[in-house]
Amino acid sequence: MLQIPLWKRVTIWAFCALGLLMAMPNAFYTKVETHNDALQAIELSGETPELLADQASWPDWLPSSLINLGLDLRGGAHLLAEVHVSDVYEARLQGMWSEVRDALRPERTTVGTIRLQDSAADELRVRISQPEGMARALEIVRGLARPVTTLAGVGASDIEVRAENDVIVVNLSDAEKVATDERTVQQSLEIIRRRVDEVGTREPTIQRQGTERILIQVPGVGSAAELKDIIGTPAKLEFKPVVGRTQDSNANPGVGNELLPSIDEEGVFYILERAAVVSGEELVDAQPSFDQNGRPAVNFRFNPTGARKFGTYTAENIGSPFAIVLDEEVISAPVIQSHIPGGSGIITGRFSVEETTNLAVLLRAGALPAKMTFLEERTIGPELGQDSIDAGKLACIVAFAAVLIFMALSYGLFGLFANIALIINVGLIFGLLSMIGATLTLPGIAGIVLTIGMAVDANVLIFERIREELKTAKGPARAIELGYEKALSAILDANITTFITAVILFVMGSGPVRGFSITLGLGIITSVFTAIFVTRVMIIMWFERRKPNTIEV
Amino acid sequence: MRLKLVPSETNWDFFKRWKLWLGVSGVMMVVAFVSFMLQGLNYGIDFRGGTTIRTESAQALDVAAYRSALEPLNLGDVSITEVFDPTFGPKQNVSMIRIQAQDDQESVTVDLLESVSGALLQIDPDMKFPSVESVGPKVSGELIQTAALAVALAIGAVLIYIWLRFEWQFALGAVAALIHDVILTIGVFSEVQIKFDLAIIAALLTIVGYSLNDTVVVFDRVRENLRKYKKKDLKEVLNLSINETLSRTMMTSVTTLLALVSLYILGGDVIRGFVFAMIWGVIVGTYSSIFVASAFLLYLGVKRDWTKQDANAGTQFSGIDA
Repeated sequence: MLQIPLWKRVTIWAFCALGLLMAMPNAFYTKVETHNDALQAIELSGETPELLADQASWPDWLPSSLINLGLDLRGGAHLLAEVHVSDVYEARLQGMWSEVRDALRPERTTVGTIRLQDSAADELRVRISQPEGMARALEIVRGLARPVTTLAGVGASDIEVRAENDVIVVNLSDAEKVATDERTVQQSLEIIRRRVDEVGTREPTIQRQGTERILIQVPGVGSAAELKDIIGTPAKLEFKPVVGRTQDSNANPGVGNELLPSIDEEGVFYILERAAVVSGEELVDAQPSFDQNGRPAVNFRFNPTGARKFGTYTAENIGSPFAIVLDEEVISAPVIQSHIPGGSGIITGRFSVEETTNLAVLLRAGALPAKMTFLEERTIGPELGQDSIDAGKLACIVAFAAVLIFMALSYGLFGLFANIALIINVGLIFGLLSMIGATLTLPGIAGIVLTIGMAVDANVLIFERIREELKTAKGPARAIELGYEKALSAILDANITTFITAVILFVMGSGPVRGFSITLGLGIITSVFTAIFVTRVMIIMWFERRKPNTIEV
Repeated sequence: MRLKLVPSETNWDFFKRWKLWLGVSGVMMVVAFVSFMLQGLNYGIDFRGGTTIRTESAQALDVAAYRSALEPLNLGDVSITEVFDPTFGPKQNVSMIRIQAQDDQESVTVDLLESVSGALLQIDPDMKFPSVESVGPKVSGELIQTAALAVALAIGAVLIYIWLRFEWQFALGAVAALIHDVILTIGVFSEVQIKFDLAIIAALLTIVGYSLNDTVVVFDRVRENLRKYKKKDLKEVLNLSINETLSRTMMTSVTTLLALVSLYILGGDVIRGFVFAMIWGVIVGTYSSIFVASAFLLYLGVKRDWTKQDANAGTQFSGIDA
């Protein structure tokens, strides 16, 4: 009657053993962590005696995946940034201006002279002096359109061109905007990753959230402000021709020009051409260094295209001033003394050594394509995290002990079976968490404690049912069997409904809440497994050995 | 000798005054709701934006001194509360400072933080700031929407699942109990003014899960007994089912409470509010599965004949031409 085939028993115990094995590294957290760090370091930079010693602190053949500790447990900084994707539209359209100009120039006889007009940021307005040539002009400008490749916008082109009297208006098409946004965010993500990696911290999380947001979590950083310094600076470097210099902050720079403040000299503004000659995108290297006067400076080198543009421009404009612009501020505006052919140069200004080091890092990693604002920032100190871990551990142990004692008192031997299952259950949760590389947060610990409390529920249901079946006196074996059978529907229904809420939490929640939903969800799976299979195997194995005539539950 | 929370054979009449209990629950819900409307919740920065700074100092905490140090900065609404916890050492004086969201600013600026910490360091140069959190108004608005949506979705999903597994009356009974639990929990949070943040939403959803767990176990037995005792009236069947599952209900509630109470006492102040919500939820959830869910089921009545096909089944929509 009470039988489970051997293969099932083996499978059940094998699952338990595997889970416990996967959970084991977490009991030796620091050791395994040193081992893993050393392993990674060796892969990156080769072996050293210290690293090898560190690696030996945990045997290679044992599993070594650990549960990641969330920021609230380990300490670190958390930022949620929003990328201003529309910034990029303006730059794109400005880039269009030179294309439009060059395309219309050969047709001067039909369209007349062309002039750039002031316009909103998301459009380009060009006036032609002979409106009767508008049809031809539109045709030419439309010819500049390129197809956009997106999933939805097949066959769409990147710009929309229309005429308003004698003005050609160019807009980005919606399909192009979507595609640009996508590119901008991807690019920002990549650049943030590079910058964080340059600073070198452990396991940063850099994730895209929604369409325009990026979540950055870096453990071990002292404060979110520090992190913001690294990733929040656009670091957009441009070299622009100087038109003039003024003290008037409200001066009208004229169409196609812009007015930018000087970074060092208070009250000085430069009028610059809006279109850059060369920009930071064409840099291949940047290093902190010192200028001939021994002041901190940054050396840079252009790629071949950048070098050629820079060379040509300097050759043609000897004697005119030339501005180096970083993030909309003029760092310096030296006069071009001679043709600079090699494509390398130096940025000098009133920098400290630290500033030049940072600037070099930022220039190497590349400029952010658009500005970002920070919607959310959190810093958790490592001590607070450690306090939470200690408190959580203690609470877990006490909760565990209380439940174990209570179960043993209530159900005697069967309570002991349930307790063994409970211990296996917690082991399995930790094993699964390490296996999927989940992150344990403070609410996650609460989830585990709650699971400890609730995990016995399935066993309680079964034991209570066995008690009831014993009353109708069908013999112990039959009572046990019926107990399991009849309790099953209640166990499944009750746990599936709780599981549904865990899934909803996972999908809707973020950060710590998500951590909680993971432990809760896994806890439900493991507790159903241990209650239905593990305790059953234990009870049946006991029953087969003893063959008792009566049992007490 | 076994520890028994309830006698092994009980025959208590839970439905003697079931209308009264439904009434009491209804009144409590109204009280909770009125408290929520009048007093509102003590929203954390997750939901209304702003900055919280946790300070830790070896010196005794003087809230007035902190307040006057921050006054010249013109930060708007600043609240300073002292945090007590049995796990703190003797030289651990902790406070939470909350600053409202500053105008037209998404997250807090470096300057603001520096001026605040500068002002506080004048009181105690060794003061530490173990955590600084800042949420912009844009995100907080979205967070509250998502949270409300999550709770609504959870209840909706449960409604559908129970409807599929049982009958619609059961589903309505379970959902009535859930709404009861959620409203009472929100009411307690508004009454006691404990900080209501994202983690509390997680707690609310767990309460939903727990309460449901309890309700489903009772309902499962009701379903079984309805098939078994075809002649007994619904009230008797419900009462019998609750009595039969009572021992289990108490066992599970007590083990869960044991675990939660140890977390409440020992788990540190950071998650105390969260654990408080869960403890309250377990108590309310246990109560509601008997006195709300089952009583509501009694009020609705159940179709008794489980063997025969419903004569109307399938003909309900026969007039509609697809």
